[in-house]
Amino acid sequence: MHQRLLPFAVAFVFAGCGGPTADAPKGSTALRKVAPGELRTPADFAGIEDTRARSSALFLEASRVLTHPRCVNCHPNGDIPHQGMNMQLHDPPAVRGPDNHGVVGMECTSCHQDRNQELTRVPGAPHWALAPIQMAWVGKSPHEICEQMKDPKRNGGKSLAAIVEHNAHDALVGWGWHPGADREPVPGTQEQFGAIVAAWVESGAACPAKGARP
Amino acid sequence: MSVRIRVNGVEKTLDVDPEMPLLWALRDVLGLTGTKYGCGQALCGACTVHLDGQVVRACVTPVRRADGRAVTTIEGLAPDGSHPLQRAWVELAVPQCGYCQAGQIMTAAALLKAKPKPTDDEIEQSMAGNLCRCGAYSRIRAAIRKVAGMPEGEQ
Ligand code: FES
Ligand code: FES
Repeated sequence: MHQRLLPFAVAFVFAGCGGPTADAPKGSTALRKVAPGELRTPADFAGIEDTRARSSALFLEASRVLTHPRCVNCHPNGDIPHQGMNMQLHDPPAVRGPDNHGVVGMECTSCHQDRNQELTRVPGAPHWALAPIQMAWVGKSPHEICEQMKDPKRNGGKSLAAIVEHNAHDALVGWGWHPGADREPVPGTQEQFGAIVAAWVESGAACPAKGARP
Repeated sequence: MSVRIRVNGVEKTLDVDPEMPLLWALRDVLGLTGTKYGCGQALCGACTVHLDGQVVRACVTPVRRADGRAVTTIEGLAPDGSHPLQRAWVELAVPQCGYCQAGQIMTAAALLKAKPKPTDDEIEQSMAGNLCRCGAYSRIRAAIRKVAGMPEGEQ
């Protein structure tokens, strides 16, 4: 199933990060142009007077991180993780297993350590694992990811405050900015990302419209 | 830094770089050469050992991760070679060159300990990270099935 979805997912992700700059959301005050590897700050959104529109725009900015292959690869919509900027299926063949940590003999931590192994290029961070299937992001739009992230049934029972804390400080989330070897990091820094997510929550945690893209 | 590891039931204190791969510590420092170096990148499974019973690839596991914990290698699985998997391996003449086989047996041993009656899919998923360049896969699977009390051929 996810193999069939993969081309769409890849097209979607590239649409989000492929251009030289990330464009401003339509119908709002033009946002500062930034390079693909840079994140805007909450102050860049202050000119959007309508609170709901500002909140949606902040989530779209966050989605430049959330939809990056570095994040999406371990949020598969099937039972196999992805890897690389082309989101190929994980090789060696690893599967989700009953608790998202792999299966006996092929646990995530059979190979992945608590930090990147630079000489062997094996990526690592504390509590390396797949996101539960309820948190699948492969093939999902920013709108869908936003709705999932706010839904305690699908976000691990987290409050919005806990979501901010998780995104701002969790070590496995933080791996996205320090992926090691020659891997492309997600845009900005974890601190900047945490600030964007916090500003999104403070402005009412509105979700972008269904077709909206950053 | 000194690292204390219980290796095959014996306490060892190693004065090594904590980032040294466990595989180096086992082979070069402790002389346990049953565990093999294949790819060195967690891609082949030749270096598989157990860390507190869990399968790890020793080539990418820093020795500090094993500090205060128990490591089992092929030498410690059954020192006299009497583990049911070892016996089945001999009976079915599983190995060809043999290079991958210590890793194959260590993964299979962890699988059967957790799931004494695995399905074919479970065998496949658990053994997927252990490659065999000689292509002895069908005999490896047959030996696991034999120990699990299943018909040796796939159903
Ligand atoms: S030598 Fe460790 S997995 Fe290949
Ligand atoms: S028996 Fe030769 S590599 Fe497996």
